[in-house]
Amino acid sequence: MSTAIGPDAAAVPSVDDVPESQPIAWRHRHLLDVDRLSTDELDLIMRTTDAMREVLARPIAKVPALRGRAVTILFYEASTRTRVSFEVAAKNLSADVVNIAASTSSVVKGESLIDTVRTVEALGAQMLVMRHSSSGAPYLAADIFSGSVLNGGDGWHAHPTQALLDLYTMRERMPGGSLAGRKVVILGDLLHSRVARSNIWTLTAAGADLWLCGPATLVRGFEAWANRGAAGRRFHLTTSVDEALRDADVVMALRIQRERMAGGLLPSMREYAARYGLTRERLALARPDALVMHPGPMNEGVEIAPDVAAGPQSVITDQVTNGVAVRMAVLYLLAGTRVPS
Amino acid sequence: MSGRQIMTADEIRRATIRLSHEIVEKQAGTDGLVLIGIQRRGVPLARRIAASIAEHEGAALPVGALDITFYRDDLSMVAQQPVVKGTELPTGIDGKTIVLVDDVLYTGRTIRAAMDALVDFGRPQAIRLAVLVDRGHRELPIRADHVGKNVPTSREELVRVHLVEVDGLDEVEIERMVAAPQPEPVA
Repeated sequence: MSTAIGPDAAAVPSVDDVPESQPIAWRHRHLLDVDRLSTDELDLIMRTTDAMREVLARPIAKVPALRGRAVTILFYEASTRTRVSFEVAAKNLSADVVNIAASTSSVVKGESLIDTVRTVEALGAQMLVMRHSSSGAPYLAADIFSGSVLNGGDGWHAHPTQALLDLYTMRERMPGGSLAGRKVVILGDLLHSRVARSNIWTLTAAGADLWLCGPATLVRGFEAWANRGAAGRRFHLTTSVDEALRDADVVMALRIQRERMAGGLLPSMREYAARYGLTRERLALARPDALVMHPGPMNEGVEIAPDVAAGPQSVITDQVTNGVAVRMAVLYLLAGTRVPS
Repeated sequence: MSGRQIMTADEIRRATIRLSHEIVEKQAGTDGLVLIGIQRRGVPLARRIAASIAEHEGAALPVGALDITFYRDDLSMVAQQPVVKGTELPTGIDGKTIVLVDDVLYTGRTIRAAMDALVDFGRPQAIRLAVLVDRGHRELPIRADHVGKNVPTSREELVRVHLVEVDGLDEVEIERMVAAPQPEPVA
Protein backbone atom coordinates (compact mmCIF):
# COMPACT_ATOMS: atom_id res chain seq x y z
CA MET A 1 0.00 0.00 0.00
CA SER A 2 1.45 3.32 -0.95
CA THR A 3 -0.52 5.62 1.30
CA ALA A 4 -2.51 5.72 4.51
CA ILE A 5 -5.22 8.18 5.32
CA GLY A 6 -5.97 9.68 8.71
CA PRO A 7 -9.16 11.58 9.43
CA ASP A 8 -7.34 14.88 8.99
CA ALA A 9 -6.00 14.05 5.59
CA ALA A 10 -9.37 14.32 3.90
CA ALA A 11 -10.11 17.63 5.60
CA VAL A 12 -6.73 19.17 4.93
CA PRO A 13 -5.73 19.36 1.29
CA SER A 14 -2.02 18.91 1.48
CA VAL A 15 0.96 17.50 -0.29
CA ASP A 16 -0.08 15.28 -3.18
CA ASP A 17 0.51 11.98 -1.55
CA VAL A 18 -0.58 11.76 2.04
CA PRO A 19 2.42 10.80 4.20
CA GLU A 20 2.88 7.13 4.66
CA SER A 21 1.87 5.92 8.07
CA GLN A 22 4.66 5.36 10.54
CA PRO A 23 5.56 1.70 10.77
CA ILE A 24 5.82 2.52 14.46
CA ALA A 25 3.45 5.09 15.85
CA TRP A 26 5.17 7.81 17.86
CA ARG A 27 2.77 8.36 20.75
CA HIS A 28 4.75 10.49 23.16
CA ARG A 29 3.98 14.10 23.87
CA HIS A 30 6.95 14.61 26.18
CA LEU A 31 10.46 13.26 26.45
CA LEU A 32 10.99 13.07 30.19
CA ASP A 33 13.12 9.93 30.27
CA VAL A 34 13.91 6.99 28.03
CA ASP A 35 12.35 4.37 30.32
CA ARG A 36 9.03 4.39 28.45
CA LEU A 37 10.48 4.10 24.96
CA SER A 38 10.04 0.74 23.25
CA THR A 39 12.85 -0.74 21.17
CA ASP A 40 10.81 0.13 18.05
CA GLU A 41 10.56 3.73 19.19
CA LEU A 42 14.30 3.82 19.87
CA ASP A 43 14.86 2.52 16.33
CA LEU A 44 12.59 5.24 14.95
CA ILE A 45 14.63 7.89 16.79
CA MET A 46 17.86 6.38 15.45
CA ARG A 47 16.56 6.33 11.86
CA THR A 48 15.27 9.89 12.14
CA THR A 49 18.69 10.87 13.49
CA ASP A 50 20.28 9.39 10.35
CA ALA A 51 18.11 11.74 8.28
CA MET A 52 19.15 14.68 10.46
CA ARG A 53 22.80 13.79 9.96
CA GLU A 54 22.21 14.07 6.22
CA VAL A 55 20.63 17.51 6.76
CA LEU A 56 23.67 18.59 8.81
CA ALA A 57 25.93 17.61 5.88
CA ARG A 58 24.07 19.85 3.41
CA PRO A 59 25.54 23.12 2.13
CA ILE A 60 22.69 24.88 3.94
CA ALA A 61 22.13 22.80 7.06
CA LYS A 62 18.66 24.12 7.71
CA VAL A 63 15.20 22.78 6.85
CA PRO A 64 11.81 24.38 7.49
CA ALA A 65 10.26 21.42 9.34
CA LEU A 66 9.53 23.36 12.56
CA ARG A 67 8.92 26.76 11.00
CA GLY A 68 6.70 28.86 13.26
CA ARG A 69 7.18 26.60 16.31
CA ALA A 70 8.20 28.35 19.49
CA VAL A 71 10.81 26.47 21.50
CA THR A 72 11.80 27.80 24.92
CA ILE A 73 14.97 26.57 26.57
CA LEU A 74 14.81 26.99 30.34
CA PHE A 75 17.93 25.97 32.22
CA TYR A 76 18.17 26.11 36.01
CA GLU A 77 21.65 24.57 35.95
CA ALA A 78 24.87 25.37 34.14
CA SER A 79 25.35 23.78 30.74
CA THR A 80 27.21 24.42 27.54
CA ARG A 81 26.80 21.46 25.23
CA THR A 82 23.25 20.43 26.05
CA ARG A 83 21.85 23.96 25.94
CA VAL A 84 23.71 25.03 22.81
CA SER A 85 23.03 21.72 21.13
CA PHE A 86 19.27 22.04 21.72
CA GLU A 87 19.39 25.61 20.45
CA VAL A 88 21.32 24.68 17.30
CA ALA A 89 19.01 21.70 16.73
CA ALA A 90 15.86 23.82 17.01
CA LYS A 91 17.31 26.52 14.76
CA ASN A 92 18.37 23.97 12.14
CA LEU A 93 14.70 22.99 11.99
CA SER A 94 13.72 26.69 11.64
CA ALA A 95 11.97 26.90 15.01
CA ASP A 96 11.88 30.18 16.92
CA VAL A 97 14.08 29.79 19.98
CA VAL A 98 13.97 31.66 23.27
CA ASN A 99 16.70 31.03 25.83
CA ILE A 100 16.15 31.58 29.53
CA ALA A 101 18.93 31.13 32.06
CA ALA A 102 17.35 30.90 35.51
CA SER A 103 20.22 32.91 36.96
CA THR A 104 19.18 36.02 35.00
CA SER A 105 15.40 35.50 35.15
CA SER A 106 12.66 36.22 37.70
CA VAL A 107 13.61 32.92 39.32
CA VAL A 108 16.18 34.87 41.33
CA LYS A 109 13.29 36.98 42.66
CA GLY A 110 11.67 33.85 44.02
CA GLU A 111 9.32 32.87 41.18
CA SER A 112 8.26 29.25 41.51
CA LEU A 113 8.87 26.66 38.79
CA ILE A 114 5.13 26.40 38.18
CA ASP A 115 4.76 30.15 37.75
CA THR A 116 7.75 30.29 35.43
CA VAL A 117 6.35 27.50 33.25
CA ARG A 118 2.95 29.24 33.11
CA THR A 119 4.68 32.48 32.17
CA VAL A 120 6.71 30.99 29.31
CA GLU A 121 3.56 29.29 28.04
CA ALA A 122 1.68 32.60 28.15
CA LEU A 123 4.56 34.07 26.18
CA GLY A 124 3.89 31.56 23.43
CA ALA A 125 6.17 28.58 24.14
CA GLN A 126 4.98 25.39 22.44
CA MET A 127 7.94 23.19 23.30
CA LEU A 128 9.84 23.53 26.55
CA VAL A 129 13.35 22.18 27.00
CA MET A 130 14.31 22.28 30.64
CA ARG A 131 17.12 21.41 32.98
CA HIS A 132 16.69 21.45 36.72
CA SER A 133 18.73 20.37 39.73
CA SER A 134 15.72 18.62 41.28
CA SER A 135 14.91 15.13 40.08
CA GLY A 136 11.37 15.06 38.72
CA ALA A 137 11.05 18.79 38.01
CA PRO A 138 10.24 18.26 34.28
CA TYR A 139 7.43 15.89 35.29
CA LEU A 140 5.89 18.70 37.32
CA ALA A 141 6.29 21.06 34.36
CA ALA A 142 4.71 18.49 32.02
CA ASP A 143 1.61 18.39 34.24
CA ILE A 144 0.89 22.07 33.72
CA PHE A 145 2.44 22.84 30.31
CA SER A 146 0.09 22.37 27.38
CA GLY A 147 2.84 21.64 24.83
CA SER A 148 5.76 19.23 24.88
CA VAL A 149 8.38 19.10 27.65
CA LEU A 150 11.87 17.83 26.84
CA ASN A 151 14.03 16.93 29.79
CA GLY A 152 17.53 18.34 29.38
CA GLY A 153 18.63 16.76 32.66
CA ASP A 154 16.92 16.63 36.06
CA GLY A 155 18.95 16.16 39.23
CA TRP A 156 20.35 12.64 39.52
CA HIS A 157 17.41 11.19 37.67
CA ALA A 158 17.47 11.35 33.87
CA HIS A 159 19.15 12.85 30.82
CA PRO A 160 17.25 11.25 27.95
CA THR A 161 18.84 13.02 24.98
CA GLN A 162 22.32 12.18 26.29
CA ALA A 163 21.39 8.50 26.47
CA LEU A 164 19.98 8.68 22.93
CA LEU A 165 23.08 10.34 21.49
CA ASP A 166 25.29 7.82 23.32
CA LEU A 167 23.25 4.97 21.84
CA TYR A 168 23.48 6.53 18.37
CA THR A 169 27.24 7.04 18.64
CA MET A 170 27.81 3.44 19.77
CA ARG A 171 25.55 1.93 17.11
CA GLU A 172 27.21 4.02 14.43
CA ARG A 173 30.64 2.64 15.36
CA MET A 174 29.70 -0.99 15.97
CA PRO A 175 30.13 -3.39 13.05
CA GLY A 176 26.61 -4.27 11.95
CA GLY A 177 25.19 -1.30 13.83
CA SER A 178 24.07 -3.44 16.74
CA LEU A 179 24.99 -3.43 20.41
CA ALA A 180 23.59 -6.90 21.03
CA GLY A 181 26.04 -8.81 23.23
CA ARG A 182 28.59 -5.97 23.27
CA LYS A 183 30.25 -5.27 26.58
CA VAL A 184 29.58 -1.66 27.52
CA VAL A 185 31.12 -0.24 30.71
CA ILE A 186 29.98 2.89 32.51
CA LEU A 187 32.76 3.88 34.87
CA GLY A 188 32.85 6.40 37.67
CA ASP A 189 30.44 8.48 39.71
CA LEU A 190 27.22 6.56 39.14
CA LEU A 191 25.57 7.83 42.31
CA HIS A 192 25.08 11.37 41.02
CA SER A 193 24.76 10.44 37.37
CA ARG A 194 21.52 11.09 35.48
CA VAL A 195 23.49 10.14 32.34
CA ALA A 196 24.11 6.64 33.70
CA ARG A 197 20.53 6.20 34.91
CA SER A 198 19.11 7.00 31.46
CA ASN A 199 21.79 4.96 29.70
CA ILE A 200 20.86 1.88 31.72
CA TRP A 201 17.43 1.84 30.03
CA THR A 202 18.60 2.38 26.46
CA LEU A 203 21.69 0.15 26.60
CA THR A 204 19.89 -2.80 28.14
CA ALA A 205 17.06 -2.30 25.62
CA ALA A 206 19.66 -2.44 22.84
CA GLY A 207 20.83 -5.79 24.19
CA ALA A 208 24.24 -4.62 25.43
CA ASP A 209 26.11 -6.55 28.12
CA LEU A 210 26.11 -3.59 30.50
CA TRP A 211 28.61 -3.19 33.35
CA LEU A 212 28.54 -0.41 35.91
CA CYS A 213 31.75 0.21 37.80
CA GLY A 214 32.83 2.65 40.49
CA PRO A 215 34.00 2.92 44.08
CA ALA A 216 31.58 1.44 46.62
CA THR A 217 30.49 4.87 47.84
CA LEU A 218 29.53 5.94 44.32
CA VAL A 219 27.59 2.85 43.24
CA ARG A 220 25.31 2.79 46.25
CA GLY A 221 21.75 1.83 45.46
CA PHE A 222 22.53 0.27 42.09
CA GLU A 223 22.92 -3.27 43.40
CA ALA A 224 19.20 -3.84 43.86
CA TRP A 225 18.52 -2.33 40.47
CA ALA A 226 21.16 -4.50 38.77
CA ASN A 227 19.59 -7.63 40.27
CA ARG A 228 16.03 -6.59 39.48
CA GLY A 229 16.99 -5.23 36.06
CA ALA A 230 15.60 -2.34 34.05
CA ALA A 231 12.18 -3.62 32.99
CA GLY A 232 13.63 -7.02 33.86
CA ARG A 233 16.77 -6.54 31.74
CA ARG A 234 19.66 -7.30 34.11
CA PHE A 235 23.07 -5.68 34.16
CA HIS A 236 26.30 -6.07 36.11
CA LEU A 237 27.72 -4.02 38.94
CA THR A 238 31.28 -4.20 40.19
CA THR A 239 33.81 -2.18 42.14
CA SER A 240 36.69 -3.89 40.30
CA VAL A 241 37.80 -1.74 37.42
CA ASP A 242 39.87 -4.60 35.96
CA GLU A 243 36.88 -6.93 35.87
CA ALA A 244 34.75 -4.25 34.25
CA LEU A 245 37.22 -3.21 31.56
CA ARG A 246 38.38 -6.67 30.51
CA ASP A 247 37.41 -7.22 26.85
CA ALA A 248 35.05 -4.24 26.86
CA ASP A 249 33.74 -2.91 23.55
CA VAL A 250 32.83 0.50 24.92
CA VAL A 251 34.10 2.39 27.97
CA MET A 252 32.20 5.45 29.09
CA ALA A 253 33.86 7.48 31.83
CA LEU A 254 31.59 9.69 33.94
CA ARG A 255 32.48 13.06 35.32
CA ILE A 256 33.31 13.24 39.02
CA GLN A 257 30.69 15.76 40.09
CA ARG A 258 32.70 17.79 42.56
CA GLU A 259 29.75 20.11 43.14
CA ARG A 260 27.67 17.19 44.43
CA MET A 261 30.52 15.46 46.27
CA ALA A 262 29.67 16.11 49.91
CA GLY A 263 30.14 13.96 53.02
CA GLY A 264 33.45 12.29 52.30
CA LEU A 265 32.30 10.04 49.46
CA LEU A 266 35.83 10.10 48.08
CA PRO A 267 39.07 10.43 50.07
CA SER A 268 40.58 12.66 47.37
CA MET A 269 40.51 13.34 43.62
CA ARG A 270 44.03 11.95 43.42
CA GLU A 271 43.06 8.69 44.98
CA TYR A 272 40.08 8.41 42.67
CA ALA A 273 42.27 9.07 39.63
CA ALA A 274 44.77 6.45 40.77
CA ARG A 275 42.17 3.76 41.43
CA TYR A 276 39.41 4.42 38.89
CA GLY A 277 40.72 6.92 36.34
CA LEU A 278 40.58 5.73 32.72
CA THR A 279 44.26 5.64 31.83
CA ARG A 280 46.01 4.18 28.81
CA GLU A 281 47.17 1.22 30.92
CA ARG A 282 43.63 0.42 32.08
CA LEU A 283 42.18 0.90 28.60
CA ALA A 284 44.60 -1.78 27.37
CA LEU A 285 42.44 -4.32 29.23
CA ALA A 286 39.57 -3.57 26.87
CA ARG A 287 39.41 -4.69 23.24
CA PRO A 288 41.99 -2.93 21.07
CA ASP A 289 39.27 -1.10 19.13
CA ALA A 290 37.11 -0.29 22.17
CA LEU A 291 35.35 3.06 22.02
CA VAL A 292 36.11 5.70 24.64
CA MET A 293 33.23 7.97 25.56
CA HIS A 294 32.53 10.74 28.03
CA PRO A 295 29.36 12.80 28.37
CA GLY A 296 31.38 15.91 29.23
CA PRO A 297 32.43 18.22 30.67
CA MET A 298 35.63 16.34 31.52
CA ASN A 299 37.93 16.60 34.50
CA GLU A 300 41.01 15.55 32.59
CA GLY A 301 43.48 13.74 34.78
CA VAL A 302 40.74 12.68 37.20
CA GLU A 303 38.19 10.32 35.63
CA ILE A 304 39.96 10.24 32.25
CA ALA A 305 43.58 10.76 31.25
CA PRO A 306 44.14 13.54 28.68
CA ASP A 307 45.88 11.17 26.23
CA VAL A 308 42.92 8.77 26.38
CA ALA A 309 40.35 11.55 25.92
CA ALA A 310 42.22 12.81 22.84
CA GLY A 311 43.35 9.36 21.70
CA PRO A 312 42.42 7.43 18.56
CA GLN A 313 39.73 5.41 20.33
CA SER A 314 37.93 8.48 21.63
CA VAL A 315 34.56 9.34 20.07
CA ILE A 316 33.90 12.19 22.49
CA THR A 317 33.61 14.84 19.76
CA ASP A 318 31.32 12.51 17.75
CA GLN A 319 29.06 12.46 20.81
CA VAL A 320 28.79 16.25 20.66
CA THR A 321 28.07 16.32 16.91
CA ASN A 322 25.56 13.49 17.16
CA GLY A 323 23.91 15.37 20.02
CA VAL A 324 22.66 18.00 17.59
CA ALA A 325 21.24 15.40 15.18
CA VAL A 326 19.56 13.39 17.95
CA ARG A 327 17.95 16.51 19.40
CA MET A 328 16.72 17.51 15.94
CA ALA A 329 15.16 14.06 15.62
CA VAL A 330 13.45 14.27 19.01
CA LEU A 331 12.14 17.79 18.42
CA TYR A 332 10.83 16.71 15.01
CA LEU A 333 9.07 13.62 16.35
CA LEU A 334 7.54 15.42 19.35
CA ALA A 335 6.33 18.28 17.17
CA GLY A 336 4.13 15.80 15.34
CA THR A 337 2.31 14.49 18.40
CA ARG A 338 -1.20 15.81 18.71
CA VAL A 339 -2.26 17.12 22.07
CA PRO A 340 -5.58 15.50 22.97
CA SER A 341 -8.26 18.20 23.10
CA MET B 1 -9.72 -3.09 -0.11
CA SER B 2 -8.50 -3.14 -3.66
CA GLY B 3 -9.22 -0.54 -6.30
CA ARG B 4 -9.77 -0.43 -10.06
CA GLN B 5 -6.68 -0.88 -12.20
CA ILE B 6 -5.96 2.04 -14.52
CA MET B 7 -2.47 1.11 -15.72
CA THR B 8 -0.99 -2.33 -16.24
CA ALA B 9 2.68 -3.26 -15.92
CA ASP B 10 3.06 -3.03 -19.71
CA GLU B 11 1.47 0.39 -19.82
CA ILE B 12 3.79 1.61 -17.06
CA ARG B 13 6.77 0.26 -18.99
CA ARG B 14 5.75 1.98 -22.24
CA ALA B 15 4.95 5.25 -20.48
CA THR B 16 8.36 5.21 -18.79
CA ILE B 17 10.14 4.69 -22.11
CA ARG B 18 8.12 7.49 -23.73
CA LEU B 19 8.96 9.82 -20.82
CA SER B 20 12.64 9.04 -21.30
CA HIS B 21 12.42 9.96 -25.02
CA GLU B 22 10.53 13.18 -24.28
CA ILE B 23 13.08 14.26 -21.68
CA VAL B 24 15.99 13.79 -24.08
CA GLU B 25 14.08 15.43 -26.95
CA LYS B 26 13.27 18.52 -24.89
CA GLN B 27 16.90 18.87 -23.82
CA ALA B 28 18.08 18.16 -27.39
CA GLY B 29 20.44 15.55 -25.98
CA THR B 30 21.54 14.41 -22.58
CA ASP B 31 24.10 17.11 -21.70
CA GLY B 32 23.57 18.62 -18.26
CA LEU B 33 20.60 16.41 -17.42
CA VAL B 34 20.19 15.15 -13.86
CA LEU B 35 17.25 12.96 -12.82
CA ILE B 36 16.01 13.38 -9.26
CA GLY B 37 13.30 11.10 -7.95
CA ILE B 38 11.04 12.25 -5.14
CA GLN B 39 10.83 9.73 -2.30
CA ARG B 40 9.45 7.27 -2.39
CA ARG B 41 8.18 5.96 -5.72
CA GLY B 42 9.72 8.75 -7.75
CA VAL B 43 13.13 7.25 -7.01
CA PRO B 44 12.68 3.87 -8.77
CA LEU B 45 10.88 5.68 -11.60
CA ALA B 46 13.86 8.01 -12.05
CA ARG B 47 16.17 4.98 -12.15
CA ARG B 48 13.98 3.32 -14.80
CA ILE B 49 13.99 6.47 -16.92
CA ALA B 50 17.78 6.68 -16.55
CA ALA B 51 18.09 3.02 -17.61
CA SER B 52 15.93 3.67 -20.65
CA ILE B 53 18.02 6.72 -21.62
CA ALA B 54 21.19 4.66 -21.16
CA GLU B 55 19.75 2.00 -23.46
CA HIS B 56 18.61 4.37 -26.21
CA GLU B 57 21.18 7.16 -25.98
CA GLY B 58 24.15 5.41 -24.44
CA ALA B 59 24.47 8.10 -21.78
CA ALA B 60 24.55 7.36 -18.05
CA LEU B 61 22.73 10.21 -16.31
CA PRO B 62 23.25 10.99 -12.65
CA VAL B 63 20.23 9.95 -10.57
CA GLY B 64 19.39 11.34 -7.14
CA ALA B 65 16.77 10.86 -4.43
CA LEU B 66 15.02 13.73 -2.72
CA ASP B 67 12.98 13.49 0.48
CA ILE B 68 10.68 16.47 0.84
CA THR B 69 9.36 15.66 4.32
CA PHE B 70 11.03 18.60 6.05
CA TYR B 71 9.62 20.98 3.43
CA ARG B 72 5.98 19.89 3.65
CA ASP B 73 3.50 22.68 4.29
CA ASP B 74 1.26 20.46 6.41
CA LEU B 75 3.68 19.22 9.08
CA SER B 76 1.66 21.04 11.73
CA MET B 77 -1.57 19.45 10.46
CA VAL B 78 -0.78 15.78 10.00
CA ALA B 79 -1.52 13.53 12.95
CA GLN B 80 2.00 12.12 13.01
CA GLN B 81 5.30 13.08 11.55
CA PRO B 82 5.98 11.25 8.30
CA VAL B 83 8.91 8.86 8.13
CA VAL B 84 11.95 10.53 6.64
CA LYS B 85 13.40 8.39 3.87
CA GLY B 86 16.59 10.24 3.09
CA THR B 87 18.04 12.52 0.47
CA GLU B 88 20.97 11.63 -1.74
CA LEU B 89 21.76 14.10 -4.51
CA PRO B 90 24.52 13.83 -7.10
CA THR B 91 27.19 16.42 -6.29
CA GLY B 92 26.87 19.79 -7.91
CA ILE B 93 23.43 20.66 -9.23
CA ASP B 94 24.54 24.20 -10.12
CA GLY B 95 23.90 24.96 -13.79
CA LYS B 96 22.33 21.53 -14.44
CA THR B 97 18.90 20.78 -15.87
CA ILE B 98 17.11 18.94 -13.11
CA VAL B 99 14.25 16.65 -14.05
CA LEU B 100 12.14 15.96 -10.98
CA VAL B 101 10.44 12.59 -11.20
CA ASP B 102 7.38 11.57 -9.18
CA ASP B 103 4.68 8.96 -9.43
CA VAL B 104 1.52 11.07 -9.05
CA LEU B 105 0.96 14.79 -9.63
CA TYR B 106 -2.06 16.02 -7.65
CA THR B 107 -2.22 19.34 -5.75
CA GLY B 108 1.31 20.35 -6.75
CA ARG B 109 2.38 20.83 -3.13
CA THR B 110 4.96 18.04 -3.24
CA ILE B 111 6.58 19.71 -6.23
CA ARG B 112 6.57 23.10 -4.49
CA ALA B 113 8.29 21.45 -1.53
CA ALA B 114 10.76 19.67 -3.82
CA MET B 115 11.72 22.93 -5.54
CA ASP B 116 12.24 24.63 -2.17
CA ALA B 117 14.46 21.75 -1.12
CA LEU B 118 16.43 21.78 -4.38
CA VAL B 119 17.31 25.45 -4.24
CA ASP B 120 18.84 24.86 -0.80
CA PHE B 121 21.35 22.60 -2.58
CA GLY B 122 22.31 24.96 -5.37
CA ARG B 123 21.14 26.88 -8.44
CA PRO B 124 20.07 24.63 -11.29
CA GLN B 125 19.83 26.04 -14.83
CA ALA B 126 16.27 24.71 -15.06
CA ILE B 127 13.92 22.42 -13.15
CA ARG B 128 11.52 20.23 -15.12
CA LEU B 129 8.90 17.80 -13.99
CA ALA B 130 8.09 14.29 -15.20
CA VAL B 131 5.27 12.26 -13.61
CA LEU B 132 3.79 8.85 -14.30
CA VAL B 133 0.20 9.96 -13.54
CA ASP B 134 -1.35 13.43 -13.56
CA ARG B 135 -4.67 13.25 -11.70
CA GLY B 136 -5.56 16.96 -11.80
CA HIS B 137 -6.88 19.15 -8.92
CA ARG B 138 -3.87 21.48 -8.76
CA GLU B 139 -3.80 23.95 -5.88
CA LEU B 140 -0.65 25.72 -7.03
CA PRO B 141 0.46 27.12 -10.40
CA ILE B 142 2.49 24.04 -11.30
CA ARG B 143 2.32 21.79 -14.37
CA ALA B 144 4.26 18.77 -15.54
CA ASP B 145 6.54 18.92 -18.58
CA HIS B 146 6.20 15.20 -19.21
CA VAL B 147 3.18 13.05 -18.25
CA GLY B 148 2.86 9.28 -18.53
CA LYS B 149 -0.93 9.26 -18.28
CA ASN B 150 -3.59 11.86 -17.55
CA VAL B 151 -6.31 10.43 -15.28
CA PRO B 152 -9.49 12.36 -14.44
CA THR B 153 -10.27 11.80 -10.75
CA SER B 154 -12.44 13.18 -7.96
CA ARG B 155 -10.95 14.42 -4.69
CA GLU B 156 -12.56 11.51 -2.85
CA GLU B 157 -10.44 9.07 -4.81
CA LEU B 158 -6.92 7.82 -4.20
CA VAL B 159 -4.48 7.00 -6.95
CA ARG B 160 -2.05 4.30 -5.88
CA VAL B 161 1.06 3.58 -7.87
CA HIS B 162 2.68 0.22 -7.17
CA LEU B 163 6.20 -0.44 -8.39
CA VAL B 164 8.12 -3.69 -8.29
CA GLU B 165 11.04 -2.09 -6.43
CA VAL B 166 8.80 -1.00 -3.54
CA ASP B 167 5.61 -3.05 -3.72
CA GLY B 168 6.58 -6.20 -5.57
CA LEU B 169 4.39 -5.50 -8.64
CA ASP B 170 3.80 -2.85 -11.28
CA GLU B 171 0.31 -1.35 -11.52
CA VAL B 172 -1.69 1.83 -10.95
CA GLU B 173 -5.00 1.64 -9.12
CA ILE B 174 -7.73 4.09 -8.27
CA GLU B 175 -9.98 3.69 -5.24
CA ARG B 176 -12.29 5.51 -2.82
CA MET B 177 -10.71 6.84 0.37
CA VAL B 178 -11.30 5.09 3.69
CA ALA B 179 -10.60 6.77 7.01
CA ALA B 180 -8.31 5.00 9.46
CA PRO B 181 -8.50 5.51 13.25
CA GLN B 182 -6.06 8.03 14.66
CA PRO B 183 -3.88 6.88 17.58
CA GLU B 184 -4.14 8.87 20.79
CA PRO B 185 -0.94 10.45 22.08
CA VAL B 186 0.32 9.47 25.51
CA ALA B 187 2.73 11.26 27.79
